[in-house]
Parts: sequence; C-alpha cells; structure tokens
Amino acid sequence: MNLTLGHFLAVGAILFAISVVGIFLNRKNLIVLLMAIELMLLAVNMNFVAFSHFLGDMHGQVFVFFILTVAAAESAIGLAILVLLFRNKSSISVEELNTLKG
Amino acid sequence: MDYQTGFFYLFAAVLLYAGYRVITARNPVHAVLHLMLAFSQAAALWLLLKAEFLGITLVLVYLGAVMVLFLFVVMMLDINLDTVRQGFWRHFPLAALLGAFVAAELIAVLWVGFPTITEAVGSSAAGAANYSNTRELGVLLYTEYLYPIEVAAVILLVAMIAAIALTLRKRKDSKAINPNLQVHVRASDRLVVLPMNATQKAAPAAAAAEEAKP
Repeated sequence: MNLTLGHFLAVGAILFAISVVGIFLNRKNLIVLLMAIELMLLAVNMNFVAFSHFLGDMHGQVFVFFILTVAAAESAIGLAILVLLFRNKSSISVEELNTLKG
Repeated sequence: MDYQTGFFYLFAAVLLYAGYRVITARNPVHAVLHLMLAFSQAAALWLLLKAEFLGITLVLVYLGAVMVLFLFVVMMLDINLDTVRQGFWRHFPLAALLGAFVAAELIAVLWVGFPTITEAVGSSAAGAANYSNTRELGVLLYTEYLYPIEVAAVILLVAMIAAIALTLRKRKDSKAINPNLQVHVRASDRLVVLPMNATQKAAPAAAAAEEAKP
C-alpha cells in the first residue's frame, strides 16, 4: 500500500480537529489557545505541502512560506499582548477579559 | 508497504500524540515542549513529501525561534494551575465528540475527493537527479512572488515594532541618566553664585541696647 494524497490530508484533518478541541477545552488558558492556533496553522500547511507535492505544483510551497511569515508575526504580537495582559490583570483567563463590556 | 509508508505512520502517530498532549497537558511548559515535538514530526513529514527547504525552515524558524519565545513567556508568567484547570475534564466528552465529528467529516470529504492521486501522477521533474527544491522555490520567490515577499518583510518589521512598543515600559525606580540633558547642560545649571557678604554692618541702636541691658 503506497502513500496517497489522502494519507497526508487525513493527518492534517485530525490535527485540525485536535486543535479545535483544544480551543474548546482551554478557554481559561490563553497561552494554550495560542498554541492551538499554531497547531491549526500547521495542519493547514500540511495540506498545502501535500497538494503541492502530489500535483507537482510549487506554488503551494510558496504559499506555506507566506503562512509561516504571518504565523510568526501573529505569535509575536499575541505573546506581547499576553504579557501586557498578565502585567495588568495578573491572570490569563479569557473569561476575565470583560473590561470592554462587549 | 515500503519503508516510506512505515516512516509516514511513525511520524504521523507521534505528531498526533504530541498534538493531543499540547491541548491536555497540565503544565504549560510541558505543552510547549510537546508542541516542539509536533513541529519536528511535521518537518519530518514534509521531508517525506520532498519539501526539504520548508521542512528545514520549520525546524529553524519554529523550533529555534517561535517556540523558544513561547517558552520564555510561559516561564515568565506565574500561572495558577488550579484555577486554569477548573472544569477542564467536565467539558472533555462533548469537545471530543465534536472534534471526532469534524475530523470524520473532513476525512470523508478529502478521502473521497482525492482518492486516486498517487506519487506517479504528480511531480515528474522532482525525480531528476539534479533537482533542487530550494532552487525551484527561490526562483519562484524572486521572480513571480517578488512583490508579495516584500510585503511579507514589511509585515515582519511591523510585527517587531508592535511587539516592542506593546511591552516597553518606563521603570519608575530606574536611576538612569538622560544623555540628552547631560550634553545640553550649561555652567549656570551646575553652579549658582549666591551673594554673601564677608562682613556685616553693625546693627542699629535697638540691638546695641539689647546687648547692654544685662
């Protein structure tokens, strides 16, 4: 049984589902939420690379490159906001972020 | 079943286990370490897909920089684990059910949609002896995607400035000196000459009478 595109897509799908479950479960812990988002981006990147390989098209890998760039920027700013939040509220629970009354 | 398939199942199993541990680990430091494991396994899977440059970039950029940043922040924050974990396992069955549903749907669609694409259909050029994934990617990036890559550079710059500007703060107990003020100081700021007479005039008659009384 050789490897097919479906194998890699299945791994990406399961990884995506795991990170969705992580977002459900860790609503009190903002830092694990950020990690779940990183996992989600990894699952999407896995699909891009798999399609790029099996369809013989390099443009998918270029797109992964840009996703990596944006993910790095996102995590840097997210962690900066997290540090700022912890400095002000001494807690990283999402449920305590109700100052704006939104 | 060749050795590539065996390695695929090994890497995929470790990747999914690490992902599961990221979201359920009690200690956030353990979660970050399992996330590092997950990224390394994903890089190995990408190497199986002959995306060498991206696999190595994932190890260098993600394991080397972003995960270390996460580790720094996790260790800097003093998180109270008991309040964070409150009611965690109570929601687990429902969340696991939803997650299984999402995964089953995605796999059903993707497996049925792309069943027959195997290695033989895809990249024909990738089999050549002098084929270089990095070279192909570089040619694409610097010709067709030149403008997007400039935008990506600007995004990284903006992210850096934003992260620094967000976390910068003035310390109140700092005794640092402002060099600007030091350079612009004038002699009159440092030294003030007060008029002080060396000899004083004798007091008028009232004071003299006061002295004479006893």
